[in-house]
Amino acid sequence: MINYFDPRQQKHTDLGTPASLSETLIKIEINGQQFSAPEGSSIMRAALINGVKIPKLCATDTLEAFGSCRLCAVKVEGRRGLPASCTTPIESGMKITTADNEINKFRKNILELTISDHCMDCLICPANGNCELQDEAATAGIRTIRYAQDKSQSSDTADSSNPYFSFDPTKCIVCSRCVRACDEIQGSFALTMVSRGFDTTLVSGADDIMSSECVSCGACVKACPTSALSEKSLIEMGTPEKRVETTCGYCGVGCSLAVDVKDNEIVRMVPTNDGAANSGHSCVKGRFGFEYATHSDRVTSPRIRDSIDQPWQEVSWDEAITFAAKRLKQTQQRYGQESVGVITSSRCTNEETYLVQKLVRAALGNNNTDTCARVCHSPTGYGLKQTLGESAGTQTFESVLDADVILVIGANPTDAHPVFGSLLRKRLRQGAKLIVADPIEIDILKSVNTLPSIHLPLKPGSNVAFINAMAYTILIEGLEDKLFIEKRCEPENYAIWKQFILEDRNSPEAVESFTGLSASLIKQAARQYAQGQNAAIYYGLGVTEHSQGSTMVMGIANLAMLTGNIGRSGVGVNPLRGQNNVQGSCDMGSFPHELPGYQSVEDDNIRRSFEQMWGVKLNPEPGLRIPNMFDAAIEGSFKGLYVQGEDIAQSDPNTKHVLKALSSLDCLIVQDIFDSETAKFAHVLLPGSSFLEKNGTFTNAERRINQVRKVIEPIAGLADWEITMALSTALGYPMNYESPESIMEEISQLIPSFEGVSFDKLEQLGSIQWPCNSEHPDGTPIMHADTFSCGLGKFQTTEYVPTTEKVNSRFPLILTTGRTLTQYNVGTQTRRTKNSVWHDKDVLEIHPFDANERCIAHESKVVIESRSGQISLVARHSTRMQPGVVYTTFHHPVSGTNIITTSNCDWATSCPEYKVTAVQVKPESSQQAVKE
Amino acid sequence: MNIKVFVPQDSTALSLGADQIARDISRHIDQHNLNVELIRNGSRGLFWLETMIEVSNSNGRVAYGPVSPEDVPSLLASGLLDASPDHALFLGDPELIPYLKNQQRLTFARAGLADPVDIMAYRNKGGFSGVEKALQLTSQQIVDEVKTSGLRGRGGAAFPTGIKWQTVLDATPIDNSKQKYIICNADEGDSGTFADRLLLESDPFTLIEGMCIAGLATEATKGFIYVRSEYQQAQEKLESAIEIATQHGLLGNNILQSGRHFHLEIRRGAGAYICGEETALIESLEGKRGLVRVKPPLPALEGLFQRPTAVNNVLTLAAIPYILSQGARAYAKFGAGKSQGTQPFQLAGNIKQGGLIELAFGITLKQLIDQYGGGSLSGKAIKVLQVGGPLGTYLASDQWDIPLEYEAMSEQGAVLGHGGIVAFDSEVKMIEQATFGMEFCVQESCGKCTPCRIGSQRGKDLLVDISDSQNVQQNIELLEDLCDTMAVGSLCAMGGMTPNPVLSALKIHQHDSLNQASNTHSENGDF
Repeated sequence: MINYFDPRQQKHTDLGTPASLSETLIKIEINGQQFSAPEGSSIMRAALINGVKIPKLCATDTLEAFGSCRLCAVKVEGRRGLPASCTTPIESGMKITTADNEINKFRKNILELTISDHCMDCLICPANGNCELQDEAATAGIRTIRYAQDKSQSSDTADSSNPYFSFDPTKCIVCSRCVRACDEIQGSFALTMVSRGFDTTLVSGADDIMSSECVSCGACVKACPTSALSEKSLIEMGTPEKRVETTCGYCGVGCSLAVDVKDNEIVRMVPTNDGAANSGHSCVKGRFGFEYATHSDRVTSPRIRDSIDQPWQEVSWDEAITFAAKRLKQTQQRYGQESVGVITSSRCTNEETYLVQKLVRAALGNNNTDTCARVCHSPTGYGLKQTLGESAGTQTFESVLDADVILVIGANPTDAHPVFGSLLRKRLRQGAKLIVADPIEIDILKSVNTLPSIHLPLKPGSNVAFINAMAYTILIEGLEDKLFIEKRCEPENYAIWKQFILEDRNSPEAVESFTGLSASLIKQAARQYAQGQNAAIYYGLGVTEHSQGSTMVMGIANLAMLTGNIGRSGVGVNPLRGQNNVQGSCDMGSFPHELPGYQSVEDDNIRRSFEQMWGVKLNPEPGLRIPNMFDAAIEGSFKGLYVQGEDIAQSDPNTKHVLKALSSLDCLIVQDIFDSETAKFAHVLLPGSSFLEKNGTFTNAERRINQVRKVIEPIAGLADWEITMALSTALGYPMNYESPESIMEEISQLIPSFEGVSFDKLEQLGSIQWPCNSEHPDGTPIMHADTFSCGLGKFQTTEYVPTTEKVNSRFPLILTTGRTLTQYNVGTQTRRTKNSVWHDKDVLEIHPFDANERCIAHESKVVIESRSGQISLVARHSTRMQPGVVYTTFHHPVSGTNIITTSNCDWATSCPEYKVTAVQVKPESSQQAVKE
Repeated sequence: MNIKVFVPQDSTALSLGADQIARDISRHIDQHNLNVELIRNGSRGLFWLETMIEVSNSNGRVAYGPVSPEDVPSLLASGLLDASPDHALFLGDPELIPYLKNQQRLTFARAGLADPVDIMAYRNKGGFSGVEKALQLTSQQIVDEVKTSGLRGRGGAAFPTGIKWQTVLDATPIDNSKQKYIICNADEGDSGTFADRLLLESDPFTLIEGMCIAGLATEATKGFIYVRSEYQQAQEKLESAIEIATQHGLLGNNILQSGRHFHLEIRRGAGAYICGEETALIESLEGKRGLVRVKPPLPALEGLFQRPTAVNNVLTLAAIPYILSQGARAYAKFGAGKSQGTQPFQLAGNIKQGGLIELAFGITLKQLIDQYGGGSLSGKAIKVLQVGGPLGTYLASDQWDIPLEYEAMSEQGAVLGHGGIVAFDSEVKMIEQATFGMEFCVQESCGKCTPCRIGSQRGKDLLVDISDSQNVQQNIELLEDLCDTMAVGSLCAMGGMTPNPVLSALKIHQHDSLNQASNTHSENGDF
């Protein structure tokens, strides 16, 4: 049975206008009663926080006060007329009347006017029962409209171009909440009102919403007080019966979403204002891209087969689990205890990931566990641990609102972490300065109403040279924070590092040829970063997915320590993590050398505490990483793999190599919600459950543990944690957790930084940022405040070593890869939604100079060839590229992007060098001509 | 002394063929190789005499008008260039024309005297002395001087200029920059007003000097003039005036070698009446849709680009040079009550002698109409006057004894506004004027607040029904209720003041209807 979370008990009261940041309380009198409220509050907010109701239509507490509907009029002693309470700030001793005959009559008149221009089809309206205008009219007791409605909003501007929502002008009350949400929250400025007076109507900045700047985040739809802007699914399905609050299953932002359900079907998802990571915002994926969860492609029953050339046989759960366990055991019997391993999923919950790594260590007796963080942020874990002492980002997302200078390196926040991207843009509009180090002119550089930004279009693979030159400049110009270094950092490390950095080869002039950046530009960026009051660094896979990924992460941490930008709001080192629970899967002990909580498996004391809890002797030898597993498989010593929710055949580099490894396995168990590319090589396919089908927790990029709540029953009958329990039990190591909550109880006893975490506390606080322990009972929003996790911060020497993946006359271009807003990773989910309307294929972006040199026409087919293989894509001329660099995404399996990526990887963590592949691009026609 | 002939180049004269006149005179001078200088001056604002040509020689200066292009040959033949009095259009010394002679021209003292962008002529007539004085004072002293003068905003709101400037002077920009702004509101859109245009076209340096002083007073270093889109001629004159003023050190870096800076730019409106409202104007200046902002924050604290901004009308800023050069007390000597100084009144509509009349506050409407207006253009009796633009109240003859000053007008439920007075003769249908009052709001409302956006349309609908005699009593009650809602609840004066013309026109209409009914009744009785 589903235990629904009942939101009615703590329904968010819309306080009308945003909170005042002031801590000073001032006294006011409302309707003869004494109250107090923070200075700078509107009368409306002051009244509402004190429980005095004031009607409103254009005001909502996620948007700045606008004062257009006039419904919230009140009386203020000593002032003329009826000021709008939303736009009038309180003053000490102010005497306010919120209702009397005159005010009530005025409000009735305002509502009457509004309704006189509004369609009266309440009974057949999708917002029936959920309409603010309807509520206010009912409260005011509107019984008749005295005006003839000869002229009303026409339906001329109706717009249903977006696949997920539509605009019906006959329901529009011109409150501009949609326009303001688009401007203030999303920062896209896609909507506006046009015409004057009575003819004022909403339009997008183009022929229709789809062809405008709209990114389909849904903020306008959420802001609409009527059904003028409405989800198409809501229009079609009707009023939901239940609302369940959970956490988005896409990226590492970890947005809190409310899922509206009817008849066990999802009507819509709406971001919740209480969500600490997203404060009520969402993106096109989380908000609308949920259709995949109930897609007909879902695997609904377990499948087994003896060999991969046989067809699948659908079997019962018991049979499948028995088959899988037996096969794993046989493999171990034949090839040894170390011949099998697991890959945990960054898409599953903390509790589920924890169980899988526990299974390999406790039931299979080795440490062959790894996770997809291997191919994304493993260098973050390593690099930050080496320097700051903890494998995680230092800040909350909200911290960016205190940053004065924001340095974005190798990340594309508006596409890959859109909700954070919007928050960043908001800060830029408030006047923060932006520096972007990225080979591509990414969209954050095209933000509206911001100061000019610095773009450092560096060559892929030159990150470390660049960051060293930044540090060199700061030191040479004496811009370092001497006090911070002296107080907070290890002096010996610093001295060694300083001596290294100040060598001539690290000067901006010396690295010009590697980075392609002029020395003056680097100096300008370095000064801006160092001189900012609060300077924050945000980075992504453009930092980690390199042969020197770990070095670069340390270089970033060095730079932050050098300038004292650690330990308070507005600063920090912030990895933007790709997947909903990639932080969590790392925290939960998915790595072969670390038990949960980044505790070394080689440490006897640590192992002993786990042994005690788990009741089994643990293997002290670190296990295999994913690339090692592949190599060992090809070599013949690694024969069995249990993969939880990851399509490694698609997502890992050098596909040819991966496929060879997978086909060498004797036992491949894939647990996934779809029949994936990897499953083609599997002997057992266990149908997984989507994030909507289970309880548990995800941990986002700011170390925030968010609750995941079951919305619908698991489509195939079992949640992933139940599957892993069954498999472990069948392997002879029984697991008998009653619920994910009891798994978390165990986790909190084993991981010191999770000591205070419990489902009860999560329910109470909404979310918790680890470390959560006796020292920080409510969690730790900002890390390293007074001291680093490792005591003193450690500067690490970061020698620039160019990648061996070099361009030459045969492969003269560098291919780099990234993501686009509407698709997610290898597209397993988003390709099964209407999001493909925006991005139905991966394309190769190429600078017109390179294209013309190769006679490649815009939108023509090309062949891309690397040292590893070749693929074919459509080329698109794009000036956001620099000459010499081409770019593509990897959302569609048919593109086979990873066929051409190489086996090069980070020296410390084996994270693949996805971001640098030397390629040649040719028109497909010429290729054919050559063949013929 | 050379003979100079002056042919105005302001919009009014141009619309009456002044260019043709100038060409014809110029050709005559060339053909006869005469030593006569043709000067394109601005207008003195005696529009009923336009095109008014003036000729100056060693004996002085005489005027002819109203001259149409057809009159030129006869004028030339009768000795125009010798300042001969032998022509029917001869007006004698223009300064002695009672219409001009009886005015108290402080702001418009230089209007029409010379080529408007002749900066030497401007200086010779006392130009620059205001800014020179200001440069000797501290910002606070300038603000104090303006406070003492009693100058109030001439755009219509009549807010004390000195207090506004004090707020800007005391304000710290929220971004901690030093930037503050002066905005000149030259989006003159009221019906029957033309004083801003006249000044821009006839004496732009006075405005520039006034803005420069405003900058010195508030520590603003940047000014914008927001010019109504239709004012092409004014914009051209301003552009060259700014260029010349910059060359002569009245603008730019280091004003008159003082080390102080003030830069000025022109921005053209896009045809929206509402952009004359200061916050909508600021939005428009920022490149946005002309939408009224809520206050607070006041523009003086967070105005253009969220920085402290003084938004002042052309006439307010143009009054400043006089106040500085002649002293606040000299200015404050004019006027009545709390309305100190002079007001450039503008007579328009169905009037015989339309034009600009700068006088101290306090004259009555009746005096203005009788002494200057000369009756209606149609010859029929003047029935009502609308004072203060399209949002102003219609006043019937029994209200014409009100002194034209802010408080007295306000007591009568009327406004002085920008000083525009539009006359209507006995043919006017007041119910149509009432309907037009709402119609204007429908057309020009920015569309932000409910009372103005929807109320104006509903008000118009009601008045159409009233005109058609449908449910008259019920509809009038509803209209009055609506007007109350608009007056109390609108975001700005657009919706808030629309009830002024609507209800005042309706009242006169009702009064007329009653009279008509009783007349009909008595006629019937007679019968």
